[in-house]
Amino acid sequence: MIKFLTLFGQYFLMLKKVFSKPEKASIYYKQTLKEFVNLGLTSVGIITVISFFMGAVITLQTAYNTENPIYPKYLVGLGCRDSILLEFSSTIAALILAGKVGSSISSEIGTMRITEQIDALEIMGVNSASYLILPKLIATLFFNPILTLISIVIGIVGGWIAGSVTGVVPSEDFIYGIQYAFIPYYVVYALIKTVFFAFIITSVSAFEGYYVEGGSLEVGRASTKAVVYSSVLILLFNVILTQLLLS
Amino acid sequence: MINIKNLYKSFNGKCVLNDISVTFETGKTNLIIGRSGSGKTVLLKSIVGLHEIDEGEIWYENTLFNKLEFTDKKKIRSEMGMLFQGSALFDSLTVEQNVRFPLDMFSDISIEEKNERVNFCLKRVDIVNSNNLYPSELSGGMKKRVAIARAISLNPKYLFCDEPNSGLDPITAIMIDALIKELTEEYSMTTIVNTHDMNSVMEIGEKIVFISDGEKCWEGSKNDVLNSDCESLNDFIFANSLAKKLRQTKK
Ligand SMILES: Nc1ncnc2c1ncn2[C@@H]1O[C@H](COP(=O)(O)OP(=O)(O)OP(=O)(O)O)[C@@H](O)[C@H]1O
Ligand SMILES: [Mg+2]
Repeated sequence: MIKFLTLFGQYFLMLKKVFSKPEKASIYYKQTLKEFVNLGLTSVGIITVISFFMGAVITLQTAYNTENPIYPKYLVGLGCRDSILLEFSSTIAALILAGKVGSSISSEIGTMRITEQIDALEIMGVNSASYLILPKLIATLFFNPILTLISIVIGIVGGWIAGSVTGVVPSEDFIYGIQYAFIPYYVVYALIKTVFFAFIITSVSAFEGYYVEGGSLEVGRASTKAVVYSSVLILLFNVILTQLLLS
Repeated sequence: MINIKNLYKSFNGKCVLNDISVTFETGKTNLIIGRSGSGKTVLLKSIVGLHEIDEGEIWYENTLFNKLEFTDKKKIRSEMGMLFQGSALFDSLTVEQNVRFPLDMFSDISIEEKNERVNFCLKRVDIVNSNNLYPSELSGGMKKRVAIARAISLNPKYLFCDEPNSGLDPITAIMIDALIKELTEEYSMTTIVNTHDMNSVMEIGEKIVFISDGEKCWEGSKNDVLNSDCESLNDFIFANSLAKKLRQTKK
């Protein structure tokens, strides 16, 4: 318990350091652009592929499990849209990003710690926590919502293609279904969740990396911990946010 | 001038530095020598504030450094240059960008002046035509030299070097020693060098502090280092058999 509280305190002290005034704005700006590419653009591929197939599977599953003449076919489109909006594109995509982005952040920062690069920054008088973490935080806070939007669109397209190609859900029905009883707030809900999850992924992974002690083994362990802790926190906050935002 | 008074440092209850008091003078190359694991790196990192010390005082000129707040420390830190035992170059930056980094961060000179300064520093450490290589593409000795170039790019008042020539061939090692000494005199810096290399001790040791098991056992200059009556220092200096024999015959 005491250990947990110490960690908690250390985490917030780190955040305080991260959000203190940057040394030189122009350098931070450049770093942030770099992180947009490193952490954001390079995730578009995996998110696209996974969303496409998940959308397809969700459609087929929904269709086969509701094969009943009473249900109109367009309900499959509606079900696919809402599953993707409410859970898949925010929560599941966040879990995937926790694996991809989280482990890369913690191993990058952890390696810098054990090879004394962070010490070198500190010696120059650079606020290392802020210099290393703030650009990543800004990049993911802005870019993950874009990834979520991409995921939503691709997921629904995947569902539509799967439904039409297999002939399980006719194209017109699906397209009618995804427009039926559409609640725009669900998109906002998905984006709000994504922003929270992005903050969790980046700050927790950076925290694990920043306080690594030891060698390459510990860096490996830290990135495992980063993925596990951020995934658990994402699931926990998913419940809390859903209760707060949808009740 | 850097003045250390009664410094204590321990890790998890294990005492690593025990009551160290020493003065490092300006314009001189001060050496900290001692066996592997004796606490040299910990001492150096404590002096620059990378390790929180348990007790004691660290004075930079007339400022009590270890009691300063982060923002006040920054001012003194901008006057420090440090070479780490493992070079600690930034992996994601090229040689040139590494040396330029402190300039970008802390100085307002124009791009041309920065380029000039970067090339000057790199030339000073004899690195040419490697500006666009990444640290992973350099040899160990080149990394050390680039790290020195980065450490001196802002013309520091204080230069700290942790084993600048370990793992280098004798010629490069002597070259780096000479470079450190030259820079120290030229810019009248306060330089502290960690080493266990006897060649550097005899080449550049204007002031030598010998540490054994976290305690200061001896201090003096290279002229008296061979004639001390400190037992552990003698064991350290006359470690190889040839030196032992020479010493016996001399006795
Ligand atoms: N972060 C740390 N946590 C715990 N113990 C440490 C830490 N850093 C150093 N030590 C201990 O402090 C002692 C001195 O280590 P130090 O790195 O200063 O040796 P050194 O004199 O620099 O040796 P070398 O010449 O091999 O570099 C060692 O016994 C080491 O185990
Ligand atoms: Mg050492």
